[in-house]
Amino acid sequence: MRDGVIYLDNAATSWPKPPETFKAMEEFMLSVGANPGRSGHRLSIEAGRVILEAREALAALFGVDDPLRIVFTRNATEALNLVLYGLLRPGDHVITSSMEHNSVMRPLRDLQEKGVELTVVEASPRGELDPQDVEGAIKENTRLIVLTHASNVTGTLMPLTEIGQIARRKGVPLCVDSAQTAGAYPIDVEAMGIDLLAFTGHKSLFGPQGTGGLFIRKGLEEAIRPLLRGGTGSRSELEEQPDFLPDKYESGTPNTVGIAGLGAGVRFLLSEGMERIRAKEEALTQTLLEGLSDTPGVTLYGTCDPRRQIAVVSFNIDGLSPSEVAMALDEEFGVLTRPGLHCAPSAHRTIGTFPQGTVRLSAGYFTTEEEIGMALRAVQELAARARKGGSTHG
Amino acid sequence: MPEGREGIYSVVLFHSVSGALRAEKLIKEAGIEYKLIPVPRHLSSDCGLCLRFRTEDEGRIREILRGKVEVQDICPL
Ligand SMILES: Cc1ncc(COP(=O)(O)O)c(C=O)c1O
Repeated sequence: MRDGVIYLDNAATSWPKPPETFKAMEEFMLSVGANPGRSGHRLSIEAGRVILEAREALAALFGVDDPLRIVFTRNATEALNLVLYGLLRPGDHVITSSMEHNSVMRPLRDLQEKGVELTVVEASPRGELDPQDVEGAIKENTRLIVLTHASNVTGTLMPLTEIGQIARRKGVPLCVDSAQTAGAYPIDVEAMGIDLLAFTGHKSLFGPQGTGGLFIRKGLEEAIRPLLRGGTGSRSELEEQPDFLPDKYESGTPNTVGIAGLGAGVRFLLSEGMERIRAKEEALTQTLLEGLSDTPGVTLYGTCDPRRQIAVVSFNIDGLSPSEVAMALDEEFGVLTRPGLHCAPSAHRTIGTFPQGTVRLSAGYFTTEEEIGMALRAVQELAARARKGGSTHG
Repeated sequence: MPEGREGIYSVVLFHSVSGALRAEKLIKEAGIEYKLIPVPRHLSSDCGLCLRFRTEDEGRIREILRGKVEVQDICPL
């Protein structure tokens, strides 16, 4: 319990953040403050260093050898839009899965109207994707495979390593949406064959909202047009956009204070250790899954195997709508969850919960076993009431 | 100003400030003496910042930066 609530909405954004995050932001605002890479004076250089250190921390986390291949964006959505609109042209074919978030699906549906050919590979009703189905969808004109690393609805992890190998063998770039996994599950762009990695700063990376970015494998930048063009502090004699990283994709003054917080958040999780974070979240997920599967009247979705998913659990209570459940959990028990479609209508169609959706519980590194126990008792109480009277009220 | 004497110092020029700062970090880690300075007027660079070093360290610096940071040019001051 923190401030009277049990926060189980970490898949939307993590909370609380480690104090390191906001200390770094305060330090930047108080003592640095300048515009990075613009002016050449000591504070401007210091601001540039703050940003470089954030790139270095992210590079260490993702197994990227050159930190300058990481460009910053406002969030994962912007990074994904940059890849999809920057790379795909009419006549190109792109493959994705039916478990995607709208940050992938909406740009792809729009591009489809503009002449890009789209294959949406169906996942199983438990949210699992078969690498063979992805391989089978590859064609002569396939320009990109874009996949989420884990579903934000069921938490199911996708078989990226296998798909990475297939993509390598076929010479098709693989773009991964790591919004749900970066900082919560190990990612190595080399071992997993990831060519483009979109991440968001405000979830498991412990940065503030409004931060995110993209890793771009060497050479791919030649094919990806920037979303924005403008001042970069470099090549100012030219009226054309520079063609090198990160400047090609970083026009305009960046969110330096946010990136300062993101860098500190990533250094915090590197010092805690990815293994330890994953082990803790897996244990919390196990407790949640066991408690919910033992509760009469509760339907669980996904694989229900903590080793094959992240700390995201979707359920429904017979006889109640997801929003009724979420509202009762909030108002009566202080348990904060997210009901509905989670910006992923296609994923809900896949698991058979469209259009009503599910209630999603998402734990984080700072969630305690005690909080999970209290949340479970709250769900059990609501399910018992629903069995008796068909209402959320006691 | 003995520092400015010809032949003693050289500079590395970069495309971007990010590149200059990344190089600074690697060179600092290697324990080589350097200073970040504005690009001198007689040289032209993509970014306003360059890294000045003792010319005798040029070989080591090239070695450290090879494949790590894209360098625009290395020239004597
Ligand atoms: C799987 C997935 N992709 C993308 C996003 C988009 O992240 P952001 O809103 O930070 O751009 C989210 C989170 O909302 C997500 O869960």
